[in-house]
Amino acid sequence: MAESPSALSEAFQLLISADPALTEIVLLSLQVSLTATLIAFALGAPLGALIAVSRFPGRGAVIAVLNALMGLPPVVVGLTVYILVSNAGALGPLRLIYTPTAMVIAQVLLVAPLIAALSRLTIEDMHEEYDELFRTLRLTRFAAIGTLLWDARFSLATVALAGFGRAIAEVGAVLIVGGNIAHVTRVMTTAIALETSKGELSMALGLGIILIAISVAVNAAVGVARASGRRMAAI
Amino acid sequence: MKSILRSALLATALLGLSALPATAEDKPFIIVQSTTSTQNSGLYDHILPIFTEATGIEVRVVAVGTGQALKNAQNGDGDVLLVHAKPAEEKFVADGWGVERFDVMYNDFVIVGPKDDPAKVKETVGIGPALAAIMNATAPFASRGDDSGTHKKEVALWKTAGLDPSGASGTWYRETGSGMGATLNVAAGMGAYALTDRATWLKFANKGDLEIVYEGDPALFNQYGVILVNPERHSHVKAVEAQAFIDWLLSEAGQSAIASYTRNGSPLFTPNATSTRIKPAG
Repeated sequence: MAESPSALSEAFQLLISADPALTEIVLLSLQVSLTATLIAFALGAPLGALIAVSRFPGRGAVIAVLNALMGLPPVVVGLTVYILVSNAGALGPLRLIYTPTAMVIAQVLLVAPLIAALSRLTIEDMHEEYDELFRTLRLTRFAAIGTLLWDARFSLATVALAGFGRAIAEVGAVLIVGGNIAHVTRVMTTAIALETSKGELSMALGLGIILIAISVAVNAAVGVARASGRRMAAI
Repeated sequence: MKSILRSALLATALLGLSALPATAEDKPFIIVQSTTSTQNSGLYDHILPIFTEATGIEVRVVAVGTGQALKNAQNGDGDVLLVHAKPAEEKFVADGWGVERFDVMYNDFVIVGPKDDPAKVKETVGIGPALAAIMNATAPFASRGDDSGTHKKEVALWKTAGLDPSGASGTWYRETGSGMGATLNVAAGMGAYALTDRATWLKFANKGDLEIVYEGDPALFNQYGVILVNPERHSHVKAVEAQAFIDWLLSEAGQSAIASYTRNGSPLFTPNATSTRIKPAG
């Protein structure tokens, strides 16, 4: 495509000029998606662990539903949150529509099932190994969940990264509940959609390259933290 | 151990949330529900800083199709509507959702299409024969298909011409269901004809092989109107600030700000407020 070389130079120029508008958009993207991932992790990981160690009727169905929710369409989540936080909606009085907080809520709903499902998978494998030990120690279920979450922390960091990846890459939900308002709710993905609709394809692709670079940087940072954490744990 | 981990995570999350811009009105702002054509044309980037400079009121624009803008405003998710589908706007006011409608500015619609013009639209006179030429040639036509102001206009033009392309949807008549710029991208990609407002077309950067193939019929007139969302229906509407914005748009300052937005010397929108309610801008 003819756009590709100019997109690279566009991305490069945006980066070296440290365009304040771009910085603002990048920071808001990170703020919204990191906040959403942390909240989703705080909710999803313990839930996943609880399901992993529990035996109850209908457990298979719960797991099947949880796994299916990993593929929740962002635009449906966006629409649902819009109906809730719209000024005519149930949460209307809170005046959340077209704010970053509404975007965080949408991304939490999008990411929490993914984190819960993957945590369940990770913890269940570990629980099989630990089960006998826990029985000997007569640990309560909640103490067992705590131990499992802690011992699985390096794998769970990867789970959190998968959640972050889904959050930072989605456009359907944040566009509906955020409104893509300049300087207020415009993030990387909605800015890319806007530049595309203006026909500024090189600019849109340039922003896309920067978005990918940010994702790589966040993944690398967590990777380094994991590696040094493992080393510490080994000592 | 779990509780420590969890509370640490929660604390971090709450910290992140509190660092987000507050939703409280620390600085006065209004939300304007508007159209993709006005945003994609770049008009707001030109006039809004002038208004904010004069009044200290920030304007937050949500750009969607006119149909969705009307619906969002009806839900109370905006203080002002600035759209372009007069019959729908008048119904909005008549139903009590809006206070009053004022003309703000106009431009016109044009038909763009491939340079080699397979349907020979350039040889036609009048918008009816132009559309008939596309239909008879079964040349690809990209329709917005999203109940926006431009889409409503297009549907009305087919109807006036006594033609009904809806049966051909999916063949030569393609409904994109997206904004003006996105639809022009589709038209450029498949060499299709499309109806667009002139402002979006002039500022559009991905014209590809497309050019204007038909323009000038009086039926292609494109009027924009502004409406204050009714504070009696939605008590949280910021009526004072919103009215200040409407008054400014209709005032000489606002009208000349619109007129001064040009491309290659020619204006993209022509201001035509006729309101007698004009107050001096703040």
